Amino acid sequence: MNDLKQVNKSKKRVDAKAKVTGKAKFGADLKFANMLYGKVVRTKYPYAKIKNVDISKAEAYPGVEVVMTAKDIPNNTFGVIIQNQRVLAEDEAIYIGDGIVMLAAESKEAAEEAAKLVEIEYEELKGIHDPLESRKPDAQLVMEGTDSNQVVHHPLRKGDVETGFAEADLILEREYSTHYIEHAYLEPEAVTVVPNERQTLVSVYGSVQNPYATRDAVARVLEADLSQVRIIQDNMGGSFGGKDENISSMAARAAVMALETDRPVQMVNSREESIIESYKRHPYNLKYKVGATKEGKLTAMEIEAVADSGAYACQTPFVTWRSVVQATGPYEVPNVKTDTYGFYTNNPYTGAMRGYGSPPTCFAQESLMDELAEELGMKPDQLREKNMYRQGSHTASNQKLDNHTVSLQEVLDKAKESINYDKKYEEYSKEQTGEKKRGIGLAISYRGVSLGAEAIDTTGGIVAVQKDGSIILYCGLAENGQGLRTVFSQVVGEELGVNLDRITYMEADTSVAPESGSTVASRSTFMGGNALKKAAKNVKETMIEFAKEEYGVEGEIIFKDNALYTDSGKKIEDFSKVASDAFHSGVFLSSYGWYKAPKISWDEETGQGRPYFTYVYGCQIAEVEVDTGTGQVKVLNMAAAHDVGKAINPANVRGQIYGGVVMAVGHALMEDLGFSDGFINHTNFDEYLIPTAKDIPDIDAIIVENPDPAGPYGAKSIGEPTVELGGAAINNAIALATGERHYDLPLNLERVLIGRDLSREG
Amino acid sequence: MAKVKVEFKVNNREVQVEVDPTERLLDTLRERLNLTGVKEGCAVGECGACTVLFDGEAINSCLIPTVQAEGKEVLTIEGLGTEDELDPLQQSFIDYQAVQCGFCTPGMILSAKALLNKNSSPTREDIKGAIDGNLCRCTGYEQIIQAVQNAADGEVEA
Repeated sequence: MNDLKQVNKSKKRVDAKAKVTGKAKFGADLKFANMLYGKVVRTKYPYAKIKNVDISKAEAYPGVEVVMTAKDIPNNTFGVIIQNQRVLAEDEAIYIGDGIVMLAAESKEAAEEAAKLVEIEYEELKGIHDPLESRKPDAQLVMEGTDSNQVVHHPLRKGDVETGFAEADLILEREYSTHYIEHAYLEPEAVTVVPNERQTLVSVYGSVQNPYATRDAVARVLEADLSQVRIIQDNMGGSFGGKDENISSMAARAAVMALETDRPVQMVNSREESIIESYKRHPYNLKYKVGATKEGKLTAMEIEAVADSGAYACQTPFVTWRSVVQATGPYEVPNVKTDTYGFYTNNPYTGAMRGYGSPPTCFAQESLMDELAEELGMKPDQLREKNMYRQGSHTASNQKLDNHTVSLQEVLDKAKESINYDKKYEEYSKEQTGEKKRGIGLAISYRGVSLGAEAIDTTGGIVAVQKDGSIILYCGLAENGQGLRTVFSQVVGEELGVNLDRITYMEADTSVAPESGSTVASRSTFMGGNALKKAAKNVKETMIEFAKEEYGVEGEIIFKDNALYTDSGKKIEDFSKVASDAFHSGVFLSSYGWYKAPKISWDEETGQGRPYFTYVYGCQIAEVEVDTGTGQVKVLNMAAAHDVGKAINPANVRGQIYGGVVMAVGHALMEDLGFSDGFINHTNFDEYLIPTAKDIPDIDAIIVENPDPAGPYGAKSIGEPTVELGGAAINNAIALATGERHYDLPLNLERVLIGRDLSREG
Repeated sequence: MAKVKVEFKVNNREVQVEVDPTERLLDTLRERLNLTGVKEGCAVGECGACTVLFDGEAINSCLIPTVQAEGKEVLTIEGLGTEDELDPLQQSFIDYQAVQCGFCTPGMILSAKALLNKNSSPTREDIKGAIDGNLCRCTGYEQIIQAVQNAADGEVEA
């Protein structure tokens, strides 16, 4: 472990050259012979009866091959958890992105023109657009076949909150809200389905985040065997959790039309279509009540978090589950009562987005801790130090944190030192003159690695050494841009002592790689790394056995620098020669690796157990300048310290931190769908503003490494923890600068200047 | 609509196309010339994924009708550098991990190229200004800025 050659090095990305030369093909770049272009006609209203659909003019338009509605679809529903998402709406549209008619034509232009000729007669209905209305017992029902709009409720009970609040010297009760966030991956959704290709009924190519989830959906819709549906994912232009159910829906539509016409069908969304139809991050309404002694010890927390699920269940049950686990933040609280809920509404449906249930709770709970510190007359970091998890602490779920390093103190100290927190806090706490005022604010978090008790957590991989010594890797986890091709190649390269230029990580192909679960929950490095490491170890053992016999060597054999060596450092043979000799001796040099995550447990009634097998810890500190004349907030500096266990590729880890921090800046300050009564008004980047290069702070990305016993080379997670802290850190910094606290996102000009958003009630 | 004949240079090669007057340069490049390194991200000139150099200036090819390309020189990512010798910017994006999903990368590199063509020693603010019209959701821009800076400073591995 001391002499790592591939791992813990900032190796260049294995896919970078193809991407800087324009050779990398993305979903919309693919072309197939005889291909048709698909298009969807969506509802005009967020909630409406569909009284009549007339497709005759569209069918007659030159170049149109097929026009279809819900009744043409073998099985119209799918879903990862609850199968209630419809491929196309039939009797009623229940959110503004619902598709009603799909068609395919010889050209994009013909498809677009024909779509305009579809005539749909609606009866517009009054929908429910507020989850707090939707939860009322007498509310009208959003989803057919249900007796309540509640999608899910996760309770957590620890100790007795009444006793805890009675022990408190100070009790604060605050309400917070967070808003919709669009993933805003730069590549709009794109899929091509080829029917009857090779041995399968359909092959699906395109920007698929989770090949197995999309396979499940397409197979279900077509009523086909999983073995007959093949998903091939290659380059994908960003996802951040966002190319799952909406891509499954698109793939299912294209598949139905491809089989109907027996021709490949390509579907590509415009940006407007993408923003209108795709699922978002859940908006939350959060109520927090916290009690503390005057010395600053937390005695109790009572939390209610209500998430807007929109029109479909999608991933709401699991998203709100992560919220219930992390709702108290990383603090020892003896008495906790938490309830998280999701409710259906006639709003855009909500699902996985980087952070997955933690950005809303983190925003609320870390803003609250800051206010509590202020009320107690303590420094924000001191209150946190008094209560935060340490080695052996028990979480709100009563899980003892003793199987990994609890490093909150370390991440806090490193972030504070980097940004010179103590000095700046003191300076900005004093009266500031002039319109521009500065502030500094921090937030800390703990986060469960991988799926946790949400679902079975397994991943498989294949390492196949070829007879020339080059290596092919297969795994069902998909490159989303995060860099897993490179990271997996590094892990296998390290095990087998082979340089990355001899290793090829194949695209995710569901008919070749073992089902590996989804590329979600910041689990890929941990799960896929472990699976491929196991496979590589198996191959290595086979090669050692072969080498001992073939070359008559004894003792330990060391794999490094593309060769095998004796323990005394004498070279035995090149790796490629050993591979060739082994092959020609009839030795099998490939192996599966199957990794099942460590044991976890969860009691649905009490929220007690071991929800995750390990955790990561992070601290981010924001320094801001607020123009009190305009309300404009500029984030000047950000220190972001994250314990990743072990950085397989430090440059990649820094890239994740920079990207996550900037995404959080966007969420905190500017991103806004212009949502009203079920309609999305900001449907492109001229109105839905995401940070540009000019909006970014100077960021110190600080990698903290406390290897995890179960991680490959000790590695854990980095993707999502980076995005959950910024909202609270920036909010706390603004409060120090202006003396005004805020409870709702985004912190746009109006909120910061006059305390409310003029375009909304809040 | 009557087709219009347009002659221009793409990646140093003469091309001749017959297009509708409304056809976007983006579509001509992607669909007719198969230069799919030019990406479509928003179609309203906000994201910069379709950036190409147009007589050396970085422009959004989704906003330019192909007829305007008459007599012009267009450079796409496919025309930058060669297989054996990448442009220093391309190499720098590889060296400094400025690539994640890669969808914004071609446009980002070309906007940076337009900057370096005019200003060989840009400041950090100059670089931010040059790529301000190119959105990236993955990288937070930091490693891109570093890559452009290092390319300008000649700190690129061969």
